[in-house]
Amino acid sequence: MLNVGKIEEGFVLDHIQAGKSMAIYHHLGLDKLDCTVAIIKNARSGKMGKKDILKVECDIDTLDLDVLAFIDHNITVNVIKDGVIVEKRALILPREIHGVIRCHNPRCISSIEQELPHIFYLADEANEIYRCKYCDEKYTDNDADFIS
Amino acid sequence: MSRLRHMMSPLDFSTDELDRLFDVAGDIEHNMGAYAHACDGRIMATCFYEPSTRTRLSFETAMLRLGGKTIGFADASNSSASKGESVSDTIRVISCFADICAMRHPKEGAPMVAAEKSLIPVINAGDGGHQHPTQTLTDLLTIRSLYGSLSGFTIGLCGDLKFGRTVHSLINALSRYQNIHFIFISPQELRVPDYITEMLSSKGITYEEVVRLEDVMPRLDLLYMTRVQKERFFNEEDYIRLKGFYVLDKAKMQLAKKEMFVLHPLPRVNEISVDIDDDPRAAYFRQVQYGLYVRMALILTLLDLTDEHMNEGLLKTY
Repeated sequence: MLNVGKIEEGFVLDHIQAGKSMAIYHHLGLDKLDCTVAIIKNARSGKMGKKDILKVECDIDTLDLDVLAFIDHNITVNVIKDGVIVEKRALILPREIHGVIRCHNPRCISSIEQELPHIFYLADEANEIYRCKYCDEKYTDNDADFIS
Repeated sequence: MSRLRHMMSPLDFSTDELDRLFDVAGDIEHNMGAYAHACDGRIMATCFYEPSTRTRLSFETAMLRLGGKTIGFADASNSSASKGESVSDTIRVISCFADICAMRHPKEGAPMVAAEKSLIPVINAGDGGHQHPTQTLTDLLTIRSLYGSLSGFTIGLCGDLKFGRTVHSLINALSRYQNIHFIFISPQELRVPDYITEMLSSKGITYEEVVRLEDVMPRLDLLYMTRVQKERFFNEEDYIRLKGFYVLDKAKMQLAKKEMFVLHPLPRVNEISVDIDDDPRAAYFRQVQYGLYVRMALILTLLDLTDEHMNEGLLKTY
C-alpha cells in the first residue's frame, strides 16, 4: 500500500473515475498553480473498484466547481482545514459552461467568428446533455475538445 | 422604451404572443391598405450571406408593403464578409444604418451572435440547417387560417423527416398546442430523429411512424410534404432512390378528406405532382402569401409598432 500524507489546508477530490485524474488536473488548471498537488491513480475503492484521487494544497476558491461538475458531478469535494474535513461541497450540473469545451460542428458560427466564447447549455438535466448555445449541437464524450 | 427583441427561434415567443402576432397578420390579410404607411421612414437591412430568392424577396416585399425601405446584400461575396469582417462587427455597422435586420447565414448561430451585439431587432432568416423561424411562423399561420385552429388535428409530415429543419421546427412549435396527433411518413433512412420523438413522448403527445402515405391519407386533417434535399446526401444513388419515394398525385388525393390541406415549404421537385395544383386543398402557394403577412406582422411587432396602429384604430381585434 502506497501512503500519501494528509494535507493541512486545501481540498481533496475523491471518487474520480479511474484514469480521469490527469484530465481533471489539466482542465482545472492545477498545472498552473504553485502548490502541492498529489495525484493518486487506481486507488482501491469499495464502491468503485478503482478510483483516482486528487489532493491539492491551496484555497478551494481557486477551483472552478462548474468545470468539475461538468466533467463529473459524482466527484466528492472535501474541503480541508487544519488537517480535517470541514465541508463537503456538492457538485451541481452548471446551467451553462463558458470557454471549457469547443463545439465540433463545422457548420457552427463558433468555428469562424473571432474571439467568440464557446458556450454550452444544459439541455436535458436528467440525461446530462449539453448543447452548443449557437447551433444546438449535442456535446458527446467522444468528441470532447477541451479549451486549455 | 420597450425591450429590444429578436426572432431567433419560433419558441422565442410564447403561444399568447404568437396568437397576437397571427391576429396582426390576419388583419393585414384583410386590411392591407391600412398598413401601407406603418413603417414610413424605417429601413430594413436584408443581410443574406447565402442566396435565397423566396425568403429575401418575402422580407423585402413585407417592408415595402409597410411603407418602409430596404438595403442589403444577396450573397456574402457582395459584403464585407469577403474581406474577413466578423458577424459581430457587421451588425454593429448595420445598426447605424437600419432599424431592423433580417439575416441569413450558412453558419449555424450566426444571427444569434448578431443579435447579441445588435442595437436593432434581428430576425433569423435561416442559419444553415439549424433554424428558419419565419418559415415555421408561416406554417403556423397557414394552419391557423385554413384549418381555423392550432389545436385538435391529425397532421401527417411526409418525406425527408431526418434532415428537414422546417419539419423539426414545426413539430417543436406545434408541440406547445393541444390535442395534436402526428403521423410521420418516411422511408426508414429518413425517419424523424430520436430526440424529436423523445420530446413528444415526454410531453405525452401521440405519434405514429409509417412508410406508406396511402395507408394514412384518409385520417389526415393536414399533410405537410417536404423535398428530399440532394445536398444532404453523400451518395448520389441513395438520393435518386429516395427522391422518388413519395409523389403526391391525384390518385392519392382521392383517398384524402375533402377538407384536408396540403402544405409544402417549397421549392418542390417532384414530390407533388403539378396535376393537383388546382385542387382547392393544395395550399402551398397560399402558404407563400401567408409568409408575407406573417413577416409584415413580425416586422411591426419587433419595431413595437402594433400598439401604435391599434391606437389609431387601424387594427381590428379578432
